[in-house]
Amino acid sequence: MSRLLPLFGFLLLVGLFGFGIWWNTQHDQNEVPSPLINKPAPAFVLPLLDDPTRTVSKASLLGKPYLLNVFASWCFACGEEHPTLMAEGSQLGVMLLGYDYKDAPDDAKNWLREHGNPYRMVVADRPGRTAIDFGVYGAPESFLIDAKGVIRYKHIGPITPEVITKELKPAIAALQKESP
Amino acid sequence: MLFGTRDRRSALARDALALPPLTRASRASALLRLLLVAMVVFAGVAHSQAIQPLPFKNRAEKVRFQHLTSQLRCLVCQNETIADSNAELARDLRLDVFQQMQQGRSDKQIKQYLVARYSDFVLYDPPLQADTLLLWFGPLLILLAGAAVVVIAIRRRSRDAGTTAQVPAGQAPTDNEDDW
Repeated sequence: MSRLLPLFGFLLLVGLFGFGIWWNTQHDQNEVPSPLINKPAPAFVLPLLDDPTRTVSKASLLGKPYLLNVFASWCFACGEEHPTLMAEGSQLGVMLLGYDYKDAPDDAKNWLREHGNPYRMVVADRPGRTAIDFGVYGAPESFLIDAKGVIRYKHIGPITPEVITKELKPAIAALQKESP
Repeated sequence: MLFGTRDRRSALARDALALPPLTRASRASALLRLLLVAMVVFAGVAHSQAIQPLPFKNRAEKVRFQHLTSQLRCLVCQNETIADSNAELARDLRLDVFQQMQQGRSDKQIKQYLVARYSDFVLYDPPLQADTLLLWFGPLLILLAGAAVVVIAIRRRSRDAGTTAQVPAGQAPTDNEDDW
């Protein structure tokens, strides 16, 4: 019996490492879950990209859920995500709010002209100060915010059709069930 | 990499390479000089990005700032502190930490502020709490388990030594099951 102990020890380690490998294929190591889920979104006042004299605030958006999508013209993965937003953004059932992160306004406008604009409106956060309140640490990131201004879901990285069907649509459906 | 981070270095590299056209004299040495210039420029760029001239009031404040930022993780390049990182987010956070220090907030308050936005992951030292008990004391448990195995093995061996002493020389026991 005790002669088999080293073998058991070895198999235990193999199992542990195997689990580690499997776990890493299922999870992105760089993804940091947001502590803001199910907490009120931070208050913000940001200028519109197209007209910096007008601002959009958290208070002005209360009453209807929306998907806040952090993007930037310098962000490569945003280009990967963009066709999906163009194709499915209007069928999500919530307003799509673009959040231009640390970007030169002209670059962002050109980028949207070139790739198409899936957003109802776009706010610009050039200094990135509000993004810190949202816990943004890269782009793209997307926040689903409900009618009461609470963050209900966050997706880090590009939104893919798979993310929409598996995560985003169920999250939106849950919102719509609460407040028809 | 999944996430875009802004990098102005490529633009600077182009400037560095915009040198007068080469003379026929010695192409190799010119190339070498170019390489040296590029190295110096890049070193300068990296340096100026890492250490931004923040207006510290005194040395104590500077030391406090460096101590605090070296305990905070940069979310973009996750194995660097925000004191070390060149990422734009790290620069924003350094400035944020500095401004909060100017407002008279304590180290603890500043850390809480960042944890509320970026989760405990932003702290290099994980806090001691219920879900990190295994992390903190796991190594101790493994050490104790190892010590227990050693103690048991030694006891068993000394007991076996007592019995094998009676075996005549040249007739070593074939069963060496405790030898591991």
